This record gives sequence, C-alpha cells and structure tokens, in this order.
Amino acid sequence: MTLRLAPTSKIGDGFSWLSHGSSWTGSGGLLHLAGRQLIISAESLALALVVAVPVGLALGHIRKGGSVVTALGNLGRAVPTIGILILLSRIGAFGVRERTAVIALAIFGLPPILTNTYTATAAVDDDTIDAARGMGMKPGQVLTRVELPLALPLIAAGVRTAAVQVFATATLASYVGDATLGLPIEAGNNQQLYDQVVGTAVVVAVLALALDVTLGRVQALLTPGSPGPVWRRVLPAAWGGAGAPRRPAPMDAGAPEPLPTREVEKPTVG
Amino acid sequence: MLSALVVPRGCLRDNAWICGEYLTSRKHDILHALTLHVELSATALALSLVVAIPLTLIGMRRAWLRSAVLGVAGVVYTIPSLALFVLITPYFDFYSNTPIVIALVGYAQLLLLRNIFTGLAEVPADVVDAAQGMGYGQWRLLTRVQLPLALPAILAGLRVTSVSTVALLSIGGLLGRGGLGQLLYDGYQQELNAQVLTALVLIVALALAYDAVLLLVQRLTTPWTRAAR
Repeated sequence: MTLRLAPTSKIGDGFSWLSHGSSWTGSGGLLHLAGRQLIISAESLALALVVAVPVGLALGHIRKGGSVVTALGNLGRAVPTIGILILLSRIGAFGVRERTAVIALAIFGLPPILTNTYTATAAVDDDTIDAARGMGMKPGQVLTRVELPLALPLIAAGVRTAAVQVFATATLASYVGDATLGLPIEAGNNQQLYDQVVGTAVVVAVLALALDVTLGRVQALLTPGSPGPVWRRVLPAAWGGAGAPRRPAPMDAGAPEPLPTREVEKPTVG
Repeated sequence: MLSALVVPRGCLRDNAWICGEYLTSRKHDILHALTLHVELSATALALSLVVAIPLTLIGMRRAWLRSAVLGVAGVVYTIPSLALFVLITPYFDFYSNTPIVIALVGYAQLLLLRNIFTGLAEVPADVVDAAQGMGYGQWRLLTRVQLPLALPAILAGLRVTSVSTVALLSIGGLLGRGGLGQLLYDGYQQELNAQVLTALVLIVALALAYDAVLLLVQRLTTPWTRAAR
C-alpha cells in the first residue's frame, strides 16, 4: 500500500470546501440535499414502522413465526442495500424515481424493527400475561396494555437501529436518481473534486452520528428506570450506553453471574 | 473488453434478467469480479481478527476500557459506508482497494468485539476460579480456558461479520472499486439487467457461502455446543 499525502486530497481540504457558503446553498447545496435525505429517510422509516410493528406484535403475541423473523433478519444482512436499490430501479413498475428509493429503504428498515418487536413481545413473562388474563383482560387488551408497553424499549432500540441504517443507505439513493447527499460524492468522484467528496462525507458522517445520539435520548426516555449513570442514558447503544437492553456481565472473576441476554444484532449499515 | 464490442443477440438483445448468453460471453469478467470480491473480503476478515486481538486484550483489563473500545467501534460503525470509504481514500492511491479493506476492518470491530466480550463474560466464574486455583497464569487462562469456552460466541460474531463484510464491500462498486459491486454498478450504468441480477445473486451467494463455511468450522471446533442440546 502506498501512503500518499497529496496536498490536494486531505480531509482539511474537505473542511475548506465546507467553509464556502456556496457549498451549502442552492438547489444542489448541502442544506437542500441533507433535507431531502432526511425526508426520504423519514418516509421510509414510517413505511417500515407501519408494516413491521403490527406484524411483529401480532406474531409475538401468538409466539409464532420466530424462525421466519430470524431468517428475514439474516437475509436483510446478506443482501447489499445498493443491490436492492439498483434492482428496483431496473424494474419497470418502480424505475428511477423517488418512490423507488423510499420502498428500497423501507425494505432495509424493516428487519431490525420486526426482529426487535417480535423478540420483545414474545419475551414478555408468562406469569405477567397470566396475571393480566386473571384480571379479566381480553387478548387485545393484553396486547395493548401489557405486551406493548413492556416491549416498547426494545422496539425503540430497533427503530433507532433502523433509522440510522435507513439514513446511511439514503446516501446511496442518489445513485438511482434521487437528490441526496450521495450526489456531491458521486459527482465529485467522477470529476475528481476530492474536496467536495470528502467535505460531503464529513457531513454525512456527522448527521448519522447526531441521529444516533438523538434517537438514543428518545429511546432512553421510553425505557423506564434506565440504569446507571447519566452518560449511559445519553450515549447510544453501540457506545455502551443505555441503548443496549442489558450489558454483558462483568468479566472479573468471582463476579455474580447474571447471564447476559444476547443483544439483537445490529444489521449492516448501508 | 472485446466482449463488449460483440453485437448482442438473443436474450442479451432482449435485455433479459436471466441470460445464459450473458454468462458465457462475460464469463471472464464475472469470474474476475468474483475472485476479487473473495480476495478482498477474505483479506478484510483476516485483518479484522488480527486487529480485534489487541483490542480484546485491552478491553479485558478494565470495564471502562471495554466500554471505551466498544464506544469507538460503535462510532465507526455508525458512519455510513460510502462516507467512510471516501474519507480515508485520499490517504491512499485513489484507485486502490486498500482504503475499502481498511474501512471494512473498522466496521467489523463492533460486531466482532461485542461477541468476543459477550462470549468471555459467559465463561463461568467457577471455571476461571478453578483454573486459577490450579495455578494457571493470565496467558494460559486466556488461551486454554477463556478463549476456547468463548469460541462459539466468537465464531457466531465472525459469521455475522463475514456476511456484513461481503455486503458492504459491494458499495465500493459505486466508487469504481471492489469486485462484484463494480459488476453490479457497471450493469446498472449499461442498463444490462442480466449483469445486475448476476452480480446481486453472486453477492448474496458468497455471503451465504461464508456463513455456511464458518458454521461448519463452528460445528467442528466446538462439538460440545451441540452435545449439550
């Protein structure tokens, strides 16, 4: 590998590109593109939520279909996001247009939400459900008043994973004709404008991290009595924060031995 | 590149999704892309394991170090792949695959380390106590007791990592690099349906092949996990 520190191609140049107002304004500016990317992501996430949460709740309630849900999650990890984007855009009914990207992104947002919703609902304690039934609750009431509230923290974790993933993948939507932050990266890559490529990449990375942290806070609010010091409530799951349903037990010898619940795996970021 | 000049006939002219003629006429391109994809993903996986070793040793020392290591890995993991690929590209030859492999190694760390730490945490404290009582030193404890017992979890992590690495590598195609991703993107730009589908199927098949091979390794190296069931 050759390490090349050419003066024209460093991260610093990306920042100097970012310091020009013209990079941000106008129809091809970063502000517009970032806005589009957030809107597309929100639409896709909403679509994924509308499908995944009811299905996950229903399957979790009757505790069936776990293997299908797992298989879907695994398949979602194996199929590359860009592959589905390109495939859909080549199919006549979809084509190169905004709707195509939204549907493709929703497909990738679906597995984490479905997996977490199913897992959390199915994991509600049998005794708790028995007690609810004993109090005279009907199956629908058990679902909405017992299972859903108990499952909510884990569902929120899944939504957050999906949201970050959908946003990351939305960058790629520009390659199939949408106006997202992938646009300046693609154009800059073709025209060898590396300051533009790097500058935009910095914005994408910062937005993704900000989204993760923000949703981490929302998730912490939905998690009653989230344990530990304040920073754990603020930091996202992947950073060792409260997002994780449970932390692995301490590794020191002689520590008490609460068997750690294995985390639902994060799927591939696009 | 002669094959691109041949006047298309039959299913190639019709731009069919499944086209034997495409497979035979572009066999060389397809095999080249597949070979490159295997090489790059295997390199990335091997390097990921190598990098994970010192990080594991650091994380085992203190709980806060473990949080810190996982925290940094989590930040890297959250950065969208296209952005990370181009962010580290300027430091290398622009058309080399090195930055992509390095980015993949970075992504792999969260998946690997989380499983390694979980696996190590699941090693029963009694077993560690017993080994220490028998006079096992730290190194021997790690290599003879903790790692073997954590192996199922570690291999499970490696399986997830391999699948995600194969898929992520294909995004390099958007930057004109990497194996099957480039085949996919070229097919898209040339509006060649057969190439799009072939590349996509090969990527998924390769991911599943990695998973199957590692599952076999898991079965062979940790026979006790099956006996226990």
